[in-house]
Amino acid sequence: MTMIFGVPLPALMGQLLVGLINGSFYALLSLGLAVIFGLLRVINFAHGAFYMLGAFAAWMLLAYAGIGYWGALVLAPLIVGVAGMAIERLMLRRLYGLDHLYGLLFTFGLALLLEGTFRHFFGTSGQPYAAPEALRGATNLGFMVLPNYRGWVVAASLVICLGTWAVIEKTSIGAYLRAATENATLVQAFGVNVPVLLTVTYGFGCALAGIAGVLAAPVFQVSPLMGSNLIIVVFAVVVIGGMGSILGAIVTGYMLGIVEGLCKVFYPEAANIVVFVIMAIVLLLRPAGLFGKDS
Amino acid sequence: MAGTDPVSAAAPRGAGKAAQLQVRNLEAWYGESHALHGVDLDVFAGETVTLLGRNGVGKTTTLRAIMGLIRKRRGEVEFEQRSIMRLPLHRVARTGLGFVPEERGIFASLSVEENLMLPPVVAKGGMSVEEIYGIFPNLLERRTSPGTRLSGGEQQMLAIARILRTGVRMILLDEPTEGLAPVIVERIGEMLKVLKSHGLSVLLVEQNFRFAARIADHFYVMDHGRMIDSFSVADLPARTEALNTALGV
Ligand SMILES: Nc1ncnc2c1ncn2[C@@H]1O[C@H](COP(=O)(O)OP(=O)(O)OP(=O)(O)O)[C@@H](O)[C@H]1O
Ligand SMILES: [Mg+2]
Repeated sequence: MTMIFGVPLPALMGQLLVGLINGSFYALLSLGLAVIFGLLRVINFAHGAFYMLGAFAAWMLLAYAGIGYWGALVLAPLIVGVAGMAIERLMLRRLYGLDHLYGLLFTFGLALLLEGTFRHFFGTSGQPYAAPEALRGATNLGFMVLPNYRGWVVAASLVICLGTWAVIEKTSIGAYLRAATENATLVQAFGVNVPVLLTVTYGFGCALAGIAGVLAAPVFQVSPLMGSNLIIVVFAVVVIGGMGSILGAIVTGYMLGIVEGLCKVFYPEAANIVVFVIMAIVLLLRPAGLFGKDS
Repeated sequence: MAGTDPVSAAAPRGAGKAAQLQVRNLEAWYGESHALHGVDLDVFAGETVTLLGRNGVGKTTTLRAIMGLIRKRRGEVEFEQRSIMRLPLHRVARTGLGFVPEERGIFASLSVEENLMLPPVVAKGGMSVEEIYGIFPNLLERRTSPGTRLSGGEQQMLAIARILRTGVRMILLDEPTEGLAPVIVERIGEMLKVLKSHGLSVLLVEQNFRFAARIADHFYVMDHGRMIDSFSVADLPARTEALNTALGV
């Protein structure tokens, strides 16, 4: 058997894949956080709850409406996005003039409320959600066996992340977003309806979390706490990448997933804390984050 | 001082027509600090009107309060006979009023061309991108580089050019020549003449009244958040001495 640094190749590849899967979720979630923070200056603590909401929306669409995975992949993010827009419009908006701490406290409370509600109705044990027919089974790549659904998660998240990045960097809608991130008041003085831009952006960021939730449903179980387990690591990812940097959020997400996976192979004891150790080091050496601009 | 009442001084202007921009008793606050104490001014269609005054007297504040960038304000602002005091900020530009801030507001994360295309077109009659590139060939040359990589003068031209695209009928222009070399100032002066020949009205804040004298039709002088003088360009020579004192030149 091929060995690399004393580790069998399939084991290494297996952990790399696990890392890449986790990295896919980190990237999708930190991307949404970065987009929201960039424009609204809100640290969206409810992001994990929206991810959970996406997974539950998929599960409920199947359980109560008979709508399967592919339908849920479109509908669940829409539902989460609309919920996000309603919350921005009715509540979050009132906090913009105030200290950032209020936005953070509000979204934190919102996360507790959402998770508490789902825990009340569904308990803490997870609900199983099957991968779609077309993505069951596995493919032998020669050096490893790749479960098809996991390959799909990595590919889908890459496409969504890069697509989002391209829209923000290359289109005129993206130009509004970038400009408003720099100076929202001036963009509004030019005649752009910035309040609507804020609502849509928050909804879009939440919808990204919703998509991640649907993708995650067949990998992990659908449970009320699935978001709060993940979101702490995602916040560390955002801090490492640099608040508000779109590309930074994506690259750091995948990178840290992989680092975590490798750590499980070579030094499993540290796998759970390696992200936070990296965060501490980055904060010491580059407080603005790897991709952040010092301001 | 003669003609300290801006309203009566403005009366012969505009050939009996109502002013395009009419500001009455405008007050504005930064928090608790009262920055404007009742400003009156008129800009008639096609005019270039210059607002003079020492540093910190409230010229920028006047433009920002007219535009609605300062929300804590009182008084009356009418643009084309329609009050714009209660409009949300993004609706003001849509009435045909454009704003070029003192700090120019070129976006670093946008290319030169994206900066140019950013302000939405609000009315017909704006310049086309081809026309703008015809007047400013260096913007065309550098159109893919980040907006803030341009020199100060080029940034100022970009800041004005992007408003010309939108079809607004009046521009509020805050110190376009500040910190620029004399040759560039010259070009900005040429540019303002082009605006004027297109029929655009301009409310210009300018410290350099010799520069302003070449393009302005009418002047206002501010001090401590109030208008203290108003006169037409024909009266400028007679005022030069008084102005030198008032502006501390
Ligand atoms: N953001 C602000 N917060 C508090 N006070 C301000 C603010 N901006 C301006 N001021 C104050 O309001 C007054 C008027 O300032 P303003 O910028 O309108 O002056 P100005 O005539 O444009 O001066 P300059 O020629 O230096 O541009 C000044 O006393 C200034 O200190
Ligand atoms: Mg000023």
